[in-house]
Parts: sequence; structure tokens; C-alpha cells
Amino acid sequence: MSRVAWIRIAVIAIAIALLEVCCRLGLIDHRVVIPPSEMADALARLLISGQDNGQIARTFGIVLVAAVISVIGGFALGAIIHALPRVRQSLDPFFATYYAVPIFIFYPVMIVIFGLSAIPIVLMGVATAIVAMIIATLNGLDRIPHVLTKVARVHRMGRIGTALLLKLPAAAPHLFTGLKLAVSYAFIGVIASEFILAPAGLGRVISDAYTDFDNRQMYALMLLLIIVATVVNMFLHAVDQRWAERRGIGKT
Amino acid sequence: MSVAAPGEDIHASLSGVTRVYPGAAGRPAVHALGPVELKLKRGEFFAVVGPSGCGKTTLLEVLAGLQQATVGTVTFEGRAVAGKVPDGIGVVFQEDASFPWLTVWDNAAFGLRRNGVDTAEIRRRVDDVLAFMGLTDFARAYPAQLSGGMRQRVCISRTLVLQPRLILLDEPFGALDAQTRLLMGDEVLRLWRRTGATILLITHALDEAAMLSDRIGAMSARPGQFLEIVVTGWPRERDSKIVSDAGFGEITGRLWDNLRGESMKSLGHSAMAAG
Repeated sequence: MSRVAWIRIAVIAIAIALLEVCCRLGLIDHRVVIPPSEMADALARLLISGQDNGQIARTFGIVLVAAVISVIGGFALGAIIHALPRVRQSLDPFFATYYAVPIFIFYPVMIVIFGLSAIPIVLMGVATAIVAMIIATLNGLDRIPHVLTKVARVHRMGRIGTALLLKLPAAAPHLFTGLKLAVSYAFIGVIASEFILAPAGLGRVISDAYTDFDNRQMYALMLLLIIVATVVNMFLHAVDQRWAERRGIGKT
Repeated sequence: MSVAAPGEDIHASLSGVTRVYPGAAGRPAVHALGPVELKLKRGEFFAVVGPSGCGKTTLLEVLAGLQQATVGTVTFEGRAVAGKVPDGIGVVFQEDASFPWLTVWDNAAFGLRRNGVDTAEIRRRVDDVLAFMGLTDFARAYPAQLSGGMRQRVCISRTLVLQPRLILLDEPFGALDAQTRLLMGDEVLRLWRRTGATILLITHALDEAAMLSDRIGAMSARPGQFLEIVVTGWPRERDSKIVSDAGFGEITGRLWDNLRGESMKSLGHSAMAAG
């Protein structure tokens, strides 16, 4: 492991230790924040008891569905928009300002249309994530060296062969960046939607625990979300780094 | 000017070829090339030199089938070339066209795999070409781990494994330093002798053209036409040491005599375009 990675881990460990000490010494009210060790204990008990396993599976399942739809749909839409320059020209300003608009204002509309089910939550996850993938796809396709098209013609490759064997790998670093962003945004979109209004799911359980002053459950589930989101992100980052090093882009 | 080679085995030819790019967005059409006459003899090394923007790359792409001539006919091994790259033609481009996601070995094997060649034959041909190009030790490396010259060798290897009969080189050493270019020139001469292929080299470097070629076509400013075909008269067994030959200076001098005025014209066009 690199020195920077060790420093990073040390910073996190020190922050956790500091929070632990502050909580234990009573510098932070127990009703506000519980010590990290207690959060971990509560999480372990919660997972062993299995009482929220259904909620956990539901939320992560929805995140997965939203992320998959966003990545596949975003790539497909990005490729179509890239092939239609005029459409792209007209859409570019929307993409540029998309994340400046609080898209959660549309959540109540989706509930009205689709009812209080998983569908509006999936749609909010997709709405939050898909544009990142579209933008990444457009960037990736823009940056494919023109010479690769000529190489494809010299090898007498058809459109599909060129797309799959040359364009897709050439655009892959940008597509992977889109995938990383889409997964992160899908997490945010789904959890936030569940938090606002949902029949079930981790966001809803955390919200209920908050209302009931059940700090142990609330922090345990928050810790779980942080751990899962971090592990997923670290995994994607590691894959990205490996590819980047191969391609000589280097560590980021 | 006609560049016929009577009595010779003609491998590829351009006859009355003109290329005009249609004007876009209200701009006038650009007459980039021609009319050009050229007959490439089988197994010869032919270089094309000319001022920037004279249509050298256009000529190569028309001959390769990457572009269609507006007027005129292009043939390769007696068959018309029309907007499609015929089997038997290999092209090495000026830009780094190596595939960064594949190892050197897989880069070289790319075309063979596409053509469905069996695995043992792919291994034999790729290992052979990598050894010839001095890349065996880097077979498992990725292009990003190599220098610019080595990456260009990867691209040449990818072309060579397909055993092309006509190799088109579009300023393949343009991005390399002078010493590396001389050494790469030696390698190209080596591969030319070994493969027996016909080579057409596009270059802006007069010394490179004079060192490598049997014949050199000096082109005018746009629209590019051949002003003169200079025959070097070098023996087939030659290398970069030929640059110290007395005849070398004569050839480059003759080429420069042809190109000086044309380069000035080309600069004038550029200045006017910039203004």
C-alpha cells in the first residue's frame, strides 16, 4: 500500500477515535451522536438479528436496478445523441445545467403517477444518475481518435465490429467514469427518495428511527450505508486505476 | 505530368486522379489533389514529398481506398480501387494508432484474429514479426509503457503480420526525433527487403525520402501534382549510412530546387488563410 493510502487511513482512524473519545467523555451528547464503537455494535446486532434484512435487500436491490438502467440507458441515449449532432446541439445546454436543478421536486409527481411503490424510487434513482452516464458517453465518443476509424477501414471492419472492437474500448475510460458517477448518484437518488416518502427501505427505516429517537438503529443503518457506498466506490476506483495504469494515464 | 514506367510490372496506379472536397457551410470547394498520374512498380520504394497541405495524405488515402477520387481511376493489382481498402494493402498512419487497451502482442495479432486465422499460425506470425521489429521483450507491455518510436513499430507490426503486398506509410516517423527517424528508416528498409512489398512513403523530410526510396515524387503546392520524379539509383542493399554518400546531397538538393518555390506558395496560402 502506498504512503498516501496509509495517511488516508490514518486520517479516518484518527477522526473516528476523536469522535469516540468526545462521545465517551460526554463532550458530545449521547442523544445527538453515539460513539462509533456503539454504532458498529448496533450494526452487528442488527445484521445478526436479521430484523432489517428485508429493508436492506430492498434498498440495495433498487439501487442496483436504478444503476443498471442508468448505465445501459445512459450509454444507449449517449450513443444515439452523439450520432445526431443537431439533437445534441439542442440538448447540450440541458445537460450542462441538469444537476443545477433540484430534480427531487418531481418526486411527488412520480408518486401521484405511479403510486407509493418502488417504481417512483427507481425512477428518481435513474433521473439522478442517467445524465452523468449520458455526458460521460458523449465525452468518451468525442475523444475517440479519428485514426481508429481509418484503422477499422483498413481492416475492412463493419460498423458493429468497429463499434465493439475499437470505439467501445477506446471510449471505455470515460464510460467507466460515467459508471462510477451513475452508481454514486443512484445511491443518493434512492436513499433520498426513501427518506422523503416510501413504504419501506433503508431510507424509510432511518427516517422512522430518527423520528423515534432510536439513535442506535439510525446510526447503525447510516454506518451500513456509508460502508456499502464506500466499498462499492473503492472497488470501482481500484478497477479504474488498474485500467488507467495500463493505458499510461497513471494514478488519479 | 505522366509518370509511366514502360515495360515494368505495375503494381498500383493513379490515372488522372483528382480529389475535390465539397465546400461546407457556404465555403467554396477545395481542390486538394491532381490531376495526378502515378504508376508504382511492383517491389519498389516510392516516396512522395511536397509542401504542407499539398495533398500528400489525400493521395495516399485515395490509393488506399480510404477516400474516393473525384475524377480518375485508381488500380491495385489490376483491379479498380473504389472507396474500399482492398485486401493486400496495409497502411501505417502518422498518428499513434496503437490500441492502448491491448498488449503489444495482442495489437499485432488484431488483424489476424479478425480474419479468423488459426491460433498456431497467429502465434507463429506475430512472434516472427515482433522479433523482426525488435519487440519480443515488450510483447506483454502496453503501448503506454513504450516510447513513441516503439509504439509506431507496434503499428508497423500490426500491418506486417497481415503480409500486405503494398504498404502505405503516411509520415510514420513525423513525431520522432531525428536520430530515431534514421534508425526507423533502417528498419523500414530491412522490412522492405524482407517482405518484397511495394512501399509508398509520404514524408515531408527530404533526407528521409532521399535515403529510403528508389524514386521520389516531388509535389506542387495545392492542388498537388507531381513536378518531377527523381530516380535515386540506390542499390537495394542500403541503410542510413547512405546519407554520407556524395549523391545523397545531389538528390536532396534537386528535391529542394523543386519544392522551394512550392513551399513558399504554400506558406503564402497559409498566411492568407490565417489573415
